[in-house]
Amino acid sequence: MVSADGKWEAVIGLEVHCQVRTATKMFCGCANQYGAAPNTHVCPVCLGLPGSLPVPNEEAIRKTILTGLMLGCRIAPVARFDRKNYFYPDMPKNYQISQYEDPLCAGGSVGLDPFQFPKELQETEEAQARRKIRLVRIHLEEDVAKSFHFEERSGIDFNRAGTPLMEIVTEADLRTPGEAFAFLGSLRQILWAGGVSDADMEKGQLRCDVNVSVRPMGEAKFGTKVELKNLNSISGVRRALVHEIARQIAVVEKGGSLVQETRRWDDNAGATFTMRTKEQAHDYRYFPDPDLLPVRTDRGLQAAAKKSVPELPAAMQDRLVKDFGVTAYQASVLSCDRLLCGYYEKAAAKTKNKAAVANWILNDFLSTQPDPATTPVKPEYFAELADLVTTGKINSAQGKKVFAELVANPSSPHEIVKKLGLEQISDLGALMAMCEEAIAANPRSVEDYRAGKMNAINALKGFVMKKSQGKANPVQIDEILKQQLGA
Amino acid sequence: MSLAHETVASLRRRLAKKEIKSRDIVSDLLKEIDAREKTIHAYTQVDRESALKAADQADVSLPLGGIPIALKDNLNAIGDPCTCSSKILEGYKAPYDATAVARLRQAGAVFLGRTNMDEFAMGSSTENSALGVTRNPWDSSRIPGGSSGGSAAAVAGRIALAALGSDTGGSIRQPAALCGCVGLKPTYGRISRFGLVAFASSLDQIGPLTRTVEDSALLLSSLAGHDPRDNTTDPRSPETFLSKPMNSVKGLKVGLPKEYFIPGMDGETEKAVRAAADWFQKNGAEIKEVSLPLTPSAIAVYYILATAEASANLARFDGVRYGRRAADPRDVLDLYQRTREEGFGPEVKRRIILGTFVLSAGYTDAYYRKAQKVRGLIRQDFEKAFQGCDLLLTPTSPEPAFQLGERTQDPLKMYLADVFTISVNLAGTCGISLPCGFTKSNLPIGLQLIGPRFGEEKMLQAAHAYEQSHDFWKRMPSW
Repeated sequence: MVSADGKWEAVIGLEVHCQVRTATKMFCGCANQYGAAPNTHVCPVCLGLPGSLPVPNEEAIRKTILTGLMLGCRIAPVARFDRKNYFYPDMPKNYQISQYEDPLCAGGSVGLDPFQFPKELQETEEAQARRKIRLVRIHLEEDVAKSFHFEERSGIDFNRAGTPLMEIVTEADLRTPGEAFAFLGSLRQILWAGGVSDADMEKGQLRCDVNVSVRPMGEAKFGTKVELKNLNSISGVRRALVHEIARQIAVVEKGGSLVQETRRWDDNAGATFTMRTKEQAHDYRYFPDPDLLPVRTDRGLQAAAKKSVPELPAAMQDRLVKDFGVTAYQASVLSCDRLLCGYYEKAAAKTKNKAAVANWILNDFLSTQPDPATTPVKPEYFAELADLVTTGKINSAQGKKVFAELVANPSSPHEIVKKLGLEQISDLGALMAMCEEAIAANPRSVEDYRAGKMNAINALKGFVMKKSQGKANPVQIDEILKQQLGA
Repeated sequence: MSLAHETVASLRRRLAKKEIKSRDIVSDLLKEIDAREKTIHAYTQVDRESALKAADQADVSLPLGGIPIALKDNLNAIGDPCTCSSKILEGYKAPYDATAVARLRQAGAVFLGRTNMDEFAMGSSTENSALGVTRNPWDSSRIPGGSSGGSAAAVAGRIALAALGSDTGGSIRQPAALCGCVGLKPTYGRISRFGLVAFASSLDQIGPLTRTVEDSALLLSSLAGHDPRDNTTDPRSPETFLSKPMNSVKGLKVGLPKEYFIPGMDGETEKAVRAAADWFQKNGAEIKEVSLPLTPSAIAVYYILATAEASANLARFDGVRYGRRAADPRDVLDLYQRTREEGFGPEVKRRIILGTFVLSAGYTDAYYRKAQKVRGLIRQDFEKAFQGCDLLLTPTSPEPAFQLGERTQDPLKMYLADVFTISVNLAGTCGISLPCGFTKSNLPIGLQLIGPRFGEEKMLQAAHAYEQSHDFWKRMPSW
């Protein structure tokens, strides 16, 4: 972030932990499931009982490789697992099986999607720049248990212990809190696309540590780095960064100096607090885990992952805009939700009015919070609805009525139109008769119109609409009235 | 004669013929235990009632049906303690079976009890046990070797027919040599380590201690094979070992590594081992001198790698989830510190500290990484040696059993007890120790045969041929 006076620039790097969606845990057969009763998905392996041994989960490895492929990483032909040693009650073995020297993926990048920036920034140059944020690496490790602190004692739930966790580390390429916000949103879209993770920060499926420093504008050297922890939402990351950058600038502007430390973000207080300084940093004593053989990815694993690489959000957005005529914003919304997008594509396939279908689905249908997989509202109904309105069979106000009925009692919009008696009157003779009646009944409006008050025609239109119980085609009425009045 | 004096193989035959029942074997063993366990103290727990009950239910048609076997106290068996002869595992009861234990169960074996060991398998004398020392049945003033000293002493003392041990640097072979029984360290990856409390994961291997080579092969046949729960087990299909004993060593190429016959080694040991080599030659084997030049580095490499792995493996003993827990901790750090301070013995602490040091920032390159490199070279030395010969023949231990207490104050001297066994673990190959003579003071001397990776069959054939041409294995301690 450039400070308001343009004197300072922030340098930001992220370490994103992402739970990998798999049937079982990383090194044992326990279910990888969120929300079960405490300590019900546990076994000797994930409890770290003496004598137990880990066996790697191939699905987790394949999904990590898939993530690497989606992000343009180099995939290691041979990856290794290492032990990261530190004592903590949520770590059953007091070492974590992780990857140190030979991670599964290295390099790669995430492109910032303008629509993943905070709303008010989406039109700015910063958002439109579509910067690519480089990655250092992606590695796979086991998650730790969850601690609960009660008044007198603490409890540990080991259901999460040993579930697969990817760590995605960026270069220090980010410059603003908005970019960090957009990075997480953009990354999440890609993880969703690949079915790798649900990446819900509130559920702890996506966790993020932030490294941030400030330096004078134009300076090439990095400032003193501070690590922020306890960031529980994407907006929280942004808030924490805004605050921390301001704090750091204030310190250096007052002539003070920053210390390399880890600070904890308190979202309620809206401030960061010192957790530990560099001197208290751990020596993790990494070494290759002798219980696990090196993982060869070049004998089928990479090939299997390649097969499941999906269309990526950026490509999908381009295609939707080009082939369907939806807006860039709509394309972005659709690319975030594969199910909804599939639903939309099915609907759009049935009509030429593809953009109109997008409006119905994204503006109206989405607000009813539908589940596209199970909804009884068939996608082709929206194609029918769009066609009815576009061809003038019903007007847009009637379209809304049909939509409301469609959601309440799903059936074909054609039937709904019949059922509600909404078919527009397009019979020229009947319409002309009604228009003549309107002119006869509203001499004052006719006078006004002829005197040059063009809006006066609306009263005549309203008369016809009322007379026709809303079924008259407004475009036709307009034409007929103008003709009759002009004559 | 008490059935406790017979071999597994002969008891199997007699059980099959219904001459005896499994209960008879267990009862006879319990009688011997009553007579001598007080002196030897081979066991940390004897399962009298459950062994008799299991014997009554045993299916003698199975490969080890009705055969009582003792387990080293670092193997998880469901419902039983698994103390590792450490105070820190006080109160822990295994909620699962080690794969090796499960396989013995499936083969019909009856579990007789749990055997004493050096704490967490760290030691060469079984003196590092928090549950008391084990004595050598041949001379109760001497150590039985270690760390599987309880298993070796039980088999030698005729209070077990067979026992499982674990071997990280010689912990099966060295006590077998010192107690005059047969100890097999299979190839790394041959037997699943799942359920064996880890000391050094890249070196640990479970193996049998028995009276004869044939019994060793019998147990190995039931224990070996791929285990989906141990990533380091070899995927090859199971074998039956020594199913057709050849009783011949004709044409066998046997290498004598010159670095294993060192000045200053015990004269009686050297003489007995050289006599064994002569026997092989006389019986048609080709004896050749080979060189394993990195042998002098093996102990240093071992004590870096094994302690590094142990420092992580033993981190889980923290009082949080199971085992001993320090009373009234002030906070979690205090809980860790006092639990581990009170729970671990001095040798275990020494090795955790050493292992933590060699992995510390700034020291890994000089110690851990360098040791890994040398380990790779040691493995190559063995591969080279096996290009020219089928087996290597060496002493198992540089000397016979030493006195209790003789070396407890000198850890470095204690570490030398494994000088001839450690390289086999570093190279990941297989080795077997079997009796090849006795000293004038009637202490057993062990012969070590070393095979290439997964070369157990040829090694067992040669060991069996040698054993059956001698009667060292029949000799009994006097009591």
